[in-house]
Amino acid sequence: MLGYIAKRLLGLLPTLVIVGLLVFLFVHLLPGDPARLAAGPDATPETVDLVRRDLGLDRSLPEQFARFVAGVVRFDFGNSIRTKRPVATEIADRFMPTFWLTVWSMAWSVTFGMAIGIISAVYRNRAPDRIGMALAVSGISFPAFALGMVLMQLFSVQLGWLPTVGNDSWRHYILPSLTLGAAVAAIMARFTRSSFVDILGDDYIRTARAKGLDERHVVIKHGLRNALIPVVTMMGLQFGFLLGGSIVVEKVFNWPGLGRLLVDAVDMRDYPVIQALVLLFSLEFILINLVVDVLYGLINPAIRYK
Amino acid sequence: MTATTESVRTPSAEFWRKFKHQKVALIAGVFVALLVLVAVFAPWIVPYDAENFFDYDKLNARPSREHWFGVDALGRDIFSRILMGARISLAAGFVSVAIGAFIGTILGLLAGYFEGWWDRVIMRICDVLFAFPGILLAIGVVAILGGGMINVIFAVAIFSIPTFARLVRGTALSLKHLTFVEAARSLGATDATLVWRHIFPGTVSAVIVYFSLRIGTSIITAASLSFLGMGAQPPTPEWGAMLDAARSEMLTAPHAAIFPALAIFLTVLAFNLLGDGLRDALDPRLERR
Repeated sequence: MLGYIAKRLLGLLPTLVIVGLLVFLFVHLLPGDPARLAAGPDATPETVDLVRRDLGLDRSLPEQFARFVAGVVRFDFGNSIRTKRPVATEIADRFMPTFWLTVWSMAWSVTFGMAIGIISAVYRNRAPDRIGMALAVSGISFPAFALGMVLMQLFSVQLGWLPTVGNDSWRHYILPSLTLGAAVAAIMARFTRSSFVDILGDDYIRTARAKGLDERHVVIKHGLRNALIPVVTMMGLQFGFLLGGSIVVEKVFNWPGLGRLLVDAVDMRDYPVIQALVLLFSLEFILINLVVDVLYGLINPAIRYK
Repeated sequence: MTATTESVRTPSAEFWRKFKHQKVALIAGVFVALLVLVAVFAPWIVPYDAENFFDYDKLNARPSREHWFGVDALGRDIFSRILMGARISLAAGFVSVAIGAFIGTILGLLAGYFEGWWDRVIMRICDVLFAFPGILLAIGVVAILGGGMINVIFAVAIFSIPTFARLVRGTALSLKHLTFVEAARSLGATDATLVWRHIFPGTVSAVIVYFSLRIGTSIITAASLSFLGMGAQPPTPEWGAMLDAARSEMLTAPHAAIFPALAIFLTVLAFNLLGDGLRDALDPRLERR
């Protein structure tokens, strides 16, 4: 198992290097002079030169890349152009709200998604299946920002049950996490259903039924375990979707998280922040996929020896 | 020679035989066709100019016989803006997925057919593209190139590429060792002939299914970017941008938000239902169900 994890980690290295290189080159792809961008529009040529030397932008590209990597390893991404504070501090302040938002969304979308998927598979082509799948296809078709606005209008403005914006209490988490999780729950439901339908037709399920086991036992003990394998993979992929979706949802609910930080940074052309956030988001995504691969190996030993 | 036309089952006849039983997908298909017509002829059928007509006496007016979907905060007719918005959303969805599918299919065929270095390099590129959550990649592209619909289409196209490349590569890998390909090869067919005449046709049905499903995703992504202020800029009647503008007026004019939201939802829903139907009709693995 350790060997398998080591092999997966090694396999990630080239991807990591290319992602790092792309994020590094990002500054140089921007139209205009990065030193002028950092110095601000009103800076004199002397100041721009000073900033250029200060940021090391006068050195050769390979040298700059080496400095960039050395900085990243020490969590040093330079200072935000907008607030002049270190980018690492800006991100640290915003990390937890986004983290908890994604975790809550994942938790309930997996629970509801899988439940709907299993029920739909068991009652295939009957009313519960039709309702479940109609909900699911609507879920993937409704854009998160529109859903967020509708939910806020209904539960916060009209009914007054829940707060509108901010993240001060657990009640603030309900609407944003529902909004963010809806599409994922829908995808999980569709995926679990098809995975389950495949499995419920297998010989060993028929054997289990023939043994006289009650249906609940067959579905949960025999079916669920095997149906979980593809579902776990799907979960990992959906995490990336949640990270991306949080950018939109955070704008709707004025959430003080990383997504808002990124949108503001793009607005203000605050490139050190953009750079650090793009790197962080993709690192998280890569790591989650690694964890999924390892889980996959745990659930299904046959994978490890391929 | 007694075979009647009924016993001949061409792939397209076989497809139609299965597809016509899927009423939901058929309705979705008709809806998509209508949408395309509306998008094409929108400039001639809109009752008011979507960008330059301002009814200052009716700011935020509710839907009426004069303005079917009501009036927005600047006095513009929402119905006209929705119709014109269909052009933008459909074009964004279709063009971006078409570019992604075209490049992705070529890359996938190269990777799957030649394997070796082609495969390693192309799949590595896909891994890197997959390392960025979709909308993040699009935001990165927009941050470099600047906002605007053209850049959004380009950004969405880029993240459609790896999906198609992987899909086509997988199919190409499984097809290239089948007997009919081996037979063609032994007859002296060139690589180009094998790829285009024998392997590519086998990947088409999977590509069509993904094409339809991806259009829905792409329309949502493009609208999301406009909602974030990175795509279409005001006064362009893009649905996502309209929702963003309606945000501050939610209390006084909820209809300004409801109609663009419904427009996106119904359009994406139609493409998704159509894609589901196509998959059920085209995917032979589902036959036993």
